[in-house]
Amino acid sequence: MANTLARLQSLSQRFTKDRIGALLLLVLGACVTVTGTTYRIGTLNHMGAGFIPVTLGILLLGVGAAIGLTSAPPKPPSPSDPKPLPPEWRGWLCILGGVAAFVVLGEYGGMMPAIFASVFISAMGDRKNSVRDAALLALAMAIAGALIFSWGLHMQLPLFAWS
Amino acid sequence: MPHTLMDLWYGFTIALQPSNLMWSVFGVLIGNLIGVLPGMGALSTISMLLPLTYVIPPVPAILMLAGIFYGSQYGGAIGAILLNLPSHPPHAVTCLDGYPLTKMGKGGTALGITMMSSFFAASVGIIVMIFMSPLLVQIAFKFGPTEICSIMLLGLLAGATMSRGSPLKGVAMTVFGLLCGVVGTDVTSGTMRFNFGSNELSDGVELGALCMGLFGIADFLVSVNRTEVKASDAKVSMRDMRPSRAEIKQAFMPMLRGTMVGTLFGAMPGTGPTITTFIAYALERKISKTPERFGKGALEGVASPEAASHSKTQVDFIPTMSLGIPGDAVMALILGALVIKGVQPGPQLITEHPDIFWGLIASFWIGNLLLVVLNVPMIGVWVKLLQVPYRFLFPAAVFFICIGVYSTKNSLFDVAEVGVFGIIGAIFLSLDFPVSPIVLGYVLGPMLEENFRRALLLSRGDMSVFLTRPISAWFIGACTLLIVAQVVAYARRVRLPQQQPVAELATE
Repeated sequence: MANTLARLQSLSQRFTKDRIGALLLLVLGACVTVTGTTYRIGTLNHMGAGFIPVTLGILLLGVGAAIGLTSAPPKPPSPSDPKPLPPEWRGWLCILGGVAAFVVLGEYGGMMPAIFASVFISAMGDRKNSVRDAALLALAMAIAGALIFSWGLHMQLPLFAWS
Repeated sequence: MPHTLMDLWYGFTIALQPSNLMWSVFGVLIGNLIGVLPGMGALSTISMLLPLTYVIPPVPAILMLAGIFYGSQYGGAIGAILLNLPSHPPHAVTCLDGYPLTKMGKGGTALGITMMSSFFAASVGIIVMIFMSPLLVQIAFKFGPTEICSIMLLGLLAGATMSRGSPLKGVAMTVFGLLCGVVGTDVTSGTMRFNFGSNELSDGVELGALCMGLFGIADFLVSVNRTEVKASDAKVSMRDMRPSRAEIKQAFMPMLRGTMVGTLFGAMPGTGPTITTFIAYALERKISKTPERFGKGALEGVASPEAASHSKTQVDFIPTMSLGIPGDAVMALILGALVIKGVQPGPQLITEHPDIFWGLIASFWIGNLLLVVLNVPMIGVWVKLLQVPYRFLFPAAVFFICIGVYSTKNSLFDVAEVGVFGIIGAIFLSLDFPVSPIVLGYVLGPMLEENFRRALLLSRGDMSVFLTRPISAWFIGACTLLIVAQVVAYARRVRLPQQQPVAELATE
């Protein structure tokens, strides 16, 4: 257990932000290049649909490699370094959940439920918001949204769509 | 010359038409309002209101977008000076001296000087735009696909390397943006590219979804529960905002110099506004007899960068409108809106759509004048607005983003796209990659591909055409110079690790 922990720690030290970024670009570049070759590449005179994607993929590979090679070597941790922030799962999930709720309820519930849910869920992502605050904010937004978008701008999304 | 004045007069008649004027005022007001709110810059405001432009005619749409842009710049300065909160990166440098002035109880004066400088610089920028654009158009008519390709390359490269942070990362993000532009049906052959088997993606990535994901959701994901926004107790009344005669005199020359810096850099495609303000600030500190006052509340340090950013904003419209090459991400968005409205930016724009071009110029003046008139009595309201807590702000913004994107095409798929780009943007941001080059790449990508293909078709596949045509050769030369400069700067940094260039200060 302690062994794996130490190994994880040394791993995270070796992977600075730049190196993770470089790795990401290399993977992305490789995927793009491979997918690009499935479209017709053509010649310089008559380029096919694949020419530009392959070029961009190779460029990404090049830039990724350059970032990886020029990245500063990992420094031994010093107490003066700013502490890495802990992951903020609650905030992240709530904000993305708010967007997802809008998509789902927009389809199956109508505008009012979609607005209420998206505001309420994303508001719960902030630790300082109580359930009551979030609900009140969501209600206010749902009413304002219905007035502006449905009544004012005649948006096609129905206010309520129970099916 | 008399012809230009006639055109300008025509522009005023367009801009003063009630419906156009109304949208322009609306844009300026909303821009100013949202620009004041902490964490909201011109980019997020424009992308949020982009869907609204689909239902109104092109002229008022473009007047509104431009109004939002400079309105949010005025608004952003308020947050920067009173709260030390740069909601728009170019204002970061305004904080350096603006906030100390507020702490000294001179926040009102700083705001007054800012408004004076902004208005003056914008006016100069507008005049430059009036006289430069027709000249540029004459040159632009000599542009074929080859030249357009090379100047786009220059713009992309400059946008990637001269913004904040690592130039290599900027290039990576530009390429990523170009890739986003590739998604969808290939115009020439009809092949579906990178659509992951979905029908909705065959029209390509939605501009609004891309921007709101990258600048809205991604930003919330990065800052939720992490930013502590302190409330301002600054009280600013109208009387405080009138600078004294001595203060005007102190700020006048810096204002002129800042305007010059902004105008010079505005004409160069790709140089970001942030770098411009930093250069203006650095110049002011360099020639000052008392450089030690900077950072502790020097009026010069507020006047010069604000002037630079506003004259640059206006001059930036020249390459955007007459060549179709946006200088930065905001311009790319406005360009994207033009294209959606079926208006092709380029040398023909001024002759084919004189109403848009001259109407826009006239509306700049009206809008800037309005902002000065508006901001002075409204300052109390803005100060109140600065106190809206972030925990209420971002959930409301999530809903506005969702419904805004939905309204574009009545498509919930696009809303889901926002979520995806939010995640992508948050990952890139947390790895210290700049996200605004993505928009530049996305907007320019399809145009670049089309012109590149056409250029090589005309030259029968001969790549040397980019070097044998003189105008194109100049642009390629400038690109080479940019790359060489970056390599030299990198080599120097490796040898002297202590020295930090100005560009890196900007990321702090």
